[in-house]
Amino acid sequence: MSILFKIAWRNIVRNRRRSLMTASAVAAGALAMLLFLGYTTYIFLGMETGNVQRLGHLRVLRAGYFLYGAGNPAAYGIDGYHEAMKLIGGDVVLRPLINVMTPTQSLMGIAANYSGDNAASRTFLGEGLVPSDRDRMRRWDQYRTGLVFPADPRISDADESRGLIGTGLARILNLCVPLKLTGCPPQLTSARAGKPAGRVNADIAELAQRDASEQRTAKTAEIDLLAATVGGAPNVVSLSVAGAQPQPAKELDDAFVLMHLALAQQLVYGRAEHKVTAIVLQLRHSSDMPAARARLVALFRERHLDLEVRDFGELMPFYGQVIRLFSSIFLFIALVMGMIVLFAVVNTMTMNVMERTNEIGASRALGVRRSQIRAQFLIEGALIGALGTLVGAVLAIVIAAAVNRSGVTWLPPGNSSAIPLHLDVLGRPLTAFGVCVGLVLVATVAALLPARRAARLSVVDALRHV
Amino acid sequence: MIQPAASANVVRLTHVAKTYQAGAVEVKALRDITLEIPADRFSMVIGASGSGKTTLLNLVGCIDTPSAGVVEVCERNVVQLDDDSLADFRARNIGFIFQSFSLIPVLSAYENVEYPLLLVGMPAAERRRRTLAMLEAVGIAAQAHQRPNELSGGQKQRVAIARALVKQPQLVLADEPTANLDSANGAAIIKLMRQVQSDSHTTFIFATHDPQLISHADEIFGIRDGEVIEHRTVAAQ
Repeated sequence: MSILFKIAWRNIVRNRRRSLMTASAVAAGALAMLLFLGYTTYIFLGMETGNVQRLGHLRVLRAGYFLYGAGNPAAYGIDGYHEAMKLIGGDVVLRPLINVMTPTQSLMGIAANYSGDNAASRTFLGEGLVPSDRDRMRRWDQYRTGLVFPADPRISDADESRGLIGTGLARILNLCVPLKLTGCPPQLTSARAGKPAGRVNADIAELAQRDASEQRTAKTAEIDLLAATVGGAPNVVSLSVAGAQPQPAKELDDAFVLMHLALAQQLVYGRAEHKVTAIVLQLRHSSDMPAARARLVALFRERHLDLEVRDFGELMPFYGQVIRLFSSIFLFIALVMGMIVLFAVVNTMTMNVMERTNEIGASRALGVRRSQIRAQFLIEGALIGALGTLVGAVLAIVIAAAVNRSGVTWLPPGNSSAIPLHLDVLGRPLTAFGVCVGLVLVATVAALLPARRAARLSVVDALRHV
Repeated sequence: MIQPAASANVVRLTHVAKTYQAGAVEVKALRDITLEIPADRFSMVIGASGSGKTTLLNLVGCIDTPSAGVVEVCERNVVQLDDDSLADFRARNIGFIFQSFSLIPVLSAYENVEYPLLLVGMPAAERRRRTLAMLEAVGIAAQAHQRPNELSGGQKQRVAIARALVKQPQLVLADEPTANLDSANGAAIIKLMRQVQSDSHTTFIFATHDPQLISHADEIFGIRDGEVIEHRTVAAQ
């Protein structure tokens, strides 16, 4: 076998220009695929990190909440959630897996600002949580993406009245001035909206009035939240808006309210027993998710608890859609690159076989078997593939390192602010290894056809070839 | 390796014919040839171009199959062997010397000579000993590490002779080995082949169209239009 390697390698060196061109095609394929893999890995891990920081890995819900609870979150509260949390936290299997366990209450209602001249209201989607737990969850970074957040000083466990709202909701509720938001163009007043166009003097007068009105707009950011309690009675609480936080989607940004769990419970449950809609579990490692989920299900079944478990992928279908989209793009690129490599290697190996026909005949006459001739050309194809893949992989790592150090930022879809671009070429080592092995295999398979042709040559015909 | 008795015929052809199909035309390269070539002889197949001598050598060398008849080499009916068995048979029993040398261009002279020994799985130490001895015997030891493109025509053919003989085959086939050489080199190569044949007692079958080389032969087979028209035995030297 070593003589076959020797002959194959020396032929590659002998036809160095041709080999270089072919290996370059393979290297270009490896480079493109590995860089895109690095990019998708970064996207996947970044999205997973963001989702885990926000939603946790697993959510324990009252059975039926996932399918029907959005219409009436209060009706799907978990009874005795403290006991459920104690049960989970005390479990010997789950305890070492859990990083953060925290209760959360989803709710909806109407948010209103009556403090200025331009009173405004809007339906809201809210979430009540424990601020210190939120801070801990936002520090989760298993994959070392660097996308972690410092503790948010705007809300704290100690002050139940403070909360955050979406920038869109802040704008709608006329809170741009107190929250010092930019990007809030003057809005039409209700009076002007009904006036016919062309009345210039009246418009000027109205503009003056509007400016004056804006100057008078409340300097405090206090809003009222109205919701129906579990019993169906209307309930109102005041929320001191500590800041506005952009949300990934406009619909959410225009309705988002984040508040202290206690305030949310007060609004939803009033004087009744306080419940929560979910117990959020953030694990130390994502890979523990199946085991943790299985244990939770077993635990609830054992205790006859009417609870179900959902993971962040189920709660955020967009995550799975993005993964599928990028995976299909990656497969498409792999297919195109594979075809390029295939044709490049087939072309080169066909030329090699043609040029070495007489040599093949002589080797066969000496006693070399057909299978050994075939192996010789397959080895040659594989070596060219391996060489190109190695060069491509090294280039990909170097380019990725350069990009990662350059500080280039980008704005991912659904994100409100730009984040550093990072190419994580080795982030999924098995896939990266698979790409490399795949390219070498493609180069080997590409050599198969010319190799078979070489092996099938008649010795006499091959020896006649000049 | 097969060790036939010293007096046995190394090659026996019985009613052998070879027909090629060249498009719609049927070309009869060999017609009903029956002959025996004794061991330890320097046999020469002589004939004009297109007479069928290369076809005859191809059949004897087990790199082609007859359209009819039986080909026995080293007392084995090779017509019945499959492709891999034929390759193994050639690797152990037959050496080839080609008109165009047909050395492996990426291997050095040493490696070219060593190659047949690798094919039969000879241990490294024995391989090295035999290869160096063979290179020495053909007078090319000084060029052992040069590649074929660094050698002259005469040197290449010496390497080819060494490659054919290094495995100590029963039979060496040389198809116009001097055709690509000048007369001085050609004469030297013939002399060398004669010498190594005499030393190794290997059976040589030498195809040529040059009547001047007849004087070197022990057995002469004249061939014309695919038929053996003459067989002469010269007294053993």
